[in-house]
Amino acid sequence: MNIEIEKYNNYQVVKLYGEVDLSNSRKIKLEIIKLIKSKNNIIVDFTDLQYIDSSGMASLVEAFNESKENNTEFHIVDANGSPLQVLQLTRLNTVFNLADSIETVSING
Amino acid sequence: MAKPIITVENLFAQYGDTLVLKDVNLTVNKGEILVIMGGSGSGKSTLLNHMLGLKTPTSGTIMIDDVDVFTAKNRELRNLRKKMGVAFQGGALLSSLTVANNVKLPLEQNTSLDKQTIDIMVRMKLELMNMAGTGHLMPTELSGGMLKRAGLARAVVMDPKLLFFDEPSAGLDPTTAVELDELILTLRDAMNMTIVVVTHELESVFKIADRVVVLFAGEVVANGSVDEIKNSPDERVQNMINRKPNTHRDDGEVYFNRLLDKGGN
Repeated sequence: MNIEIEKYNNYQVVKLYGEVDLSNSRKIKLEIIKLIKSKNNIIVDFTDLQYIDSSGMASLVEAFNESKENNTEFHIVDANGSPLQVLQLTRLNTVFNLADSIETVSING
Repeated sequence: MAKPIITVENLFAQYGDTLVLKDVNLTVNKGEILVIMGGSGSGKSTLLNHMLGLKTPTSGTIMIDDVDVFTAKNRELRNLRKKMGVAFQGGALLSSLTVANNVKLPLEQNTSLDKQTIDIMVRMKLELMNMAGTGHLMPTELSGGMLKRAGLARAVVMDPKLLFFDEPSAGLDPTTAVELDELILTLRDAMNMTIVVVTHELESVFKIADRVVVLFAGEVVANGSVDEIKNSPDERVQNMINRKPNTHRDDGEVYFNRLLDKGGN
């Protein structure tokens, strides 16, 4: 698993690569929550994410909650393949703000 | 072709004079649902217990994810078991703990995740099992179907690579049984799980199996796709599929030895 963070307009884009599981989900959560506490709007980019388990999804739920408490935005973009199925399986697709791309979020806010 | 995640080779198990598994050979490929099917006393639960390392065979080997289940060191077995989930027939919940505390046990024992993450994961799994809001209940307050689903929630709470499920539909009403079958298919597809199901419920077998192994008196008498099993020329398999009483009988010598308690079964 690899994580890259880059700025896009008024968002911090957190790009996830590879697999998120029990071994690394806590690290990702702490990285994202640190950004949120600094009042950043977040886009989590799933484009290159191959797999995410329920510890990863639970970590994103915690980060999403943190963003609500800090009045910042939190989006997930380009969920596809297995991660999209996990979102649907856990019904978290009804919880998170999902979008097709970073550009879509940036335009629509 | 990818290497199987489970390989059972030349497995024999004998209790006293009774041979309960006779030269069982099978493989389970990654991402497939293998159903082990057979009537009562066919040896299917014994085979499952050997796969889980709960029983030691008379001879033979079982390799799971490159680990020899019977000769592995404790540490190797512990690591292997973290990748495996087991849903037992009756749920096997601890009666002194609430449903949520039962489900979270594997996470508390095997991970260093934060408490809040664990609590969210438990609620997600209960939601998945259609048991939202039941975390505070005690096992004695659950119906048979709910006990089974709570047991499954605990089995999959760590998103195991490999799930073993003993008699998922036994004792359930038809609607709940169908729901559970759907759930098993979803776990394979969305979570990439490899699943071994032990059952004698034909509807369930034909709905969920990628491959079926049929056991009869401890022997594998058929191994193939659902269509191959349906078209098996073996009389014992056809009797099972068509719910006919089994008329197969051992030959006279085997019967004679059994009468005199001279081995065999």
